[in-house]
Amino acid sequence: MSDSAIKPRIEKLPFRDQLAQKLPVLLVPILATLGLIAIGNPASWLTLTVAGLAMGMMIFIMASGLTVVFGLMDVINFGHGAFVAVGAFVGFTVLAWLAGWTASPSVMLNLAAVLIAILAAMLVTGLLGLGFERVIVMPVYGEHLKQILVTMGGLIVAQQMIYVVWGPDELHISRPEAFQGSLIIGEAAIEKYRLVAVGIGIALFLAMRHILKNTKIGLLVRAGVENGEMVEALGYRIRRLFLIVFMTGSALAGLGGVMWGLYQETITAHMGSEIMVLVFIVVIIGGLGSVEGCFIGAMLVGLLANYTAFLAPKVALISTIALMVAVLMWRPQGLYPVVKAK
Amino acid sequence: MADILLSLSGVHTHIGPYHILQGVDLQVPEGGVTVLLGRNGAGKTTTLRTIMGLWTASRGDIRFADHVITKLSTPEISRRGIAFVPEDMGIFTDLTVAENMLLAAANGPIDPKRLAWIKELFPPIGSFWNSSAGTLSGGQKQMLSVARAIIEPRRLILIDEPTKGLAPAIIGAMTDALRELKETDTTILLVEQNFAMASRIGDTVAVMDDGRIIHSGAMSELVADTGLQEKLMGLSLEAHQ
Repeated sequence: MSDSAIKPRIEKLPFRDQLAQKLPVLLVPILATLGLIAIGNPASWLTLTVAGLAMGMMIFIMASGLTVVFGLMDVINFGHGAFVAVGAFVGFTVLAWLAGWTASPSVMLNLAAVLIAILAAMLVTGLLGLGFERVIVMPVYGEHLKQILVTMGGLIVAQQMIYVVWGPDELHISRPEAFQGSLIIGEAAIEKYRLVAVGIGIALFLAMRHILKNTKIGLLVRAGVENGEMVEALGYRIRRLFLIVFMTGSALAGLGGVMWGLYQETITAHMGSEIMVLVFIVVIIGGLGSVEGCFIGAMLVGLLANYTAFLAPKVALISTIALMVAVLMWRPQGLYPVVKAK
Repeated sequence: MADILLSLSGVHTHIGPYHILQGVDLQVPEGGVTVLLGRNGAGKTTTLRTIMGLWTASRGDIRFADHVITKLSTPEISRRGIAFVPEDMGIFTDLTVAENMLLAAANGPIDPKRLAWIKELFPPIGSFWNSSAGTLSGGQKQMLSVARAIIEPRRLILIDEPTKGLAPAIIGAMTDALRELKETDTTILLVEQNFAMASRIGDTVAVMDDGRIIHSGAMSELVADTGLQEKLMGLSLEAHQ
């Protein structure tokens, strides 16, 4: 084929469209700036901003698995909250076993205890995800209404199992010694645990981006989100990929459960279903299937919830819903909708 | 006479309540281009998708290289050496050209010699190697789709209307590329409505209507017989020239 026959050409987007693509990324600094103007006091703003980012990171950890599962597998998993709750309870159990380490003033022992709790929670929820996908989700692929019904059923069963294993009462979960208290920066008080949450959230986001952009399994996930049928036609078993992604999403929910439990310092069997409202809002704002959109959506939700709680507590009750409505009016398919071939 | 690489015997396919393929009998000789012709809705695309396992045959047998593949899954069929270029091209627009090619090499790293040959065959693949596939023009996407199918040696390539919606210059270039591909002993089953293009590269031809094969034979015979063309397809080669 000759070069002259086909002139290479890239369809360059006009500046306005390029700006529209980048704009969602700018929403977080824009919201933070508006928050600073509205709050006035930089110390209070810093405290609230770190609190908002920490909350956003924890929601992102829980939501990231759900959005990839939806994007790749076209599965609406209302049972995702079960993994959050189970993860929190497994983390609680491990931290209770390692009470000596968490009560120690040694930062290394505290970190080791939390790390072991997180790994145990991710292992248990990952395996639970394996069973959930094989038994509950697999028979209803492609049938959204049935998916909603059976995954909600799975959530209820998981909550009842928590009652059986850990009892019906809410449990108190203490943060390790080193994560208690605040750092004082100028006049701002910043909880140490929130900084840990921000660090873990950023590390997870960067790891997910790296895997999705630079590894073959990441490429397969991105390709599968767009056109699963073609991935199969290229010779890849997409059902196996579904299972890996579902287990990973469940394990991330378990990680989120431990983080959220330590943040709230109390855990209940219903904590997963309660947080799922925020998780779904974040997934919808971000665009179903988009990890980047999910991350930005989570930051927006976390910041807005904290700013409004300080400025107008009554408005805080509806702030996240209002944010979702505003984003959907601007971009009906979310901030970064994933193009899906059907 | 060449050995038969792919054969369909009495293949029926149902999609929901619709009975699309109603007993397809088709033989694809090894090492040439077999063109599947027919009006819109005749069942050509369904035939390719049924061979590929994307839709399951409800009756009949599909044999590839002397093995029955009727009930195999799509990945298994692909791994036996059948590649598919769908009508919508199936490009992953969120990925770069390089990433599309990397995924298509399902059995290992890309062979540099083969890649160099493909870049010669389709220059835009090299020019836009690191560009997002979503930014390519329609013709370039079609080239990428075919390039992806041949990044590893395949015994059979199923290509669904590669010239659909393309400019005449690009159709000519695509015809040249398929002709060169044919020289590598790759067997091609080509669904095409552009009879002029199909007649230039086809060795054998099968004509479909209402979910059945109504004619099969040498392409040269059909090209020479305008009356047969009009009888089978309601159109003549001259009308397309």
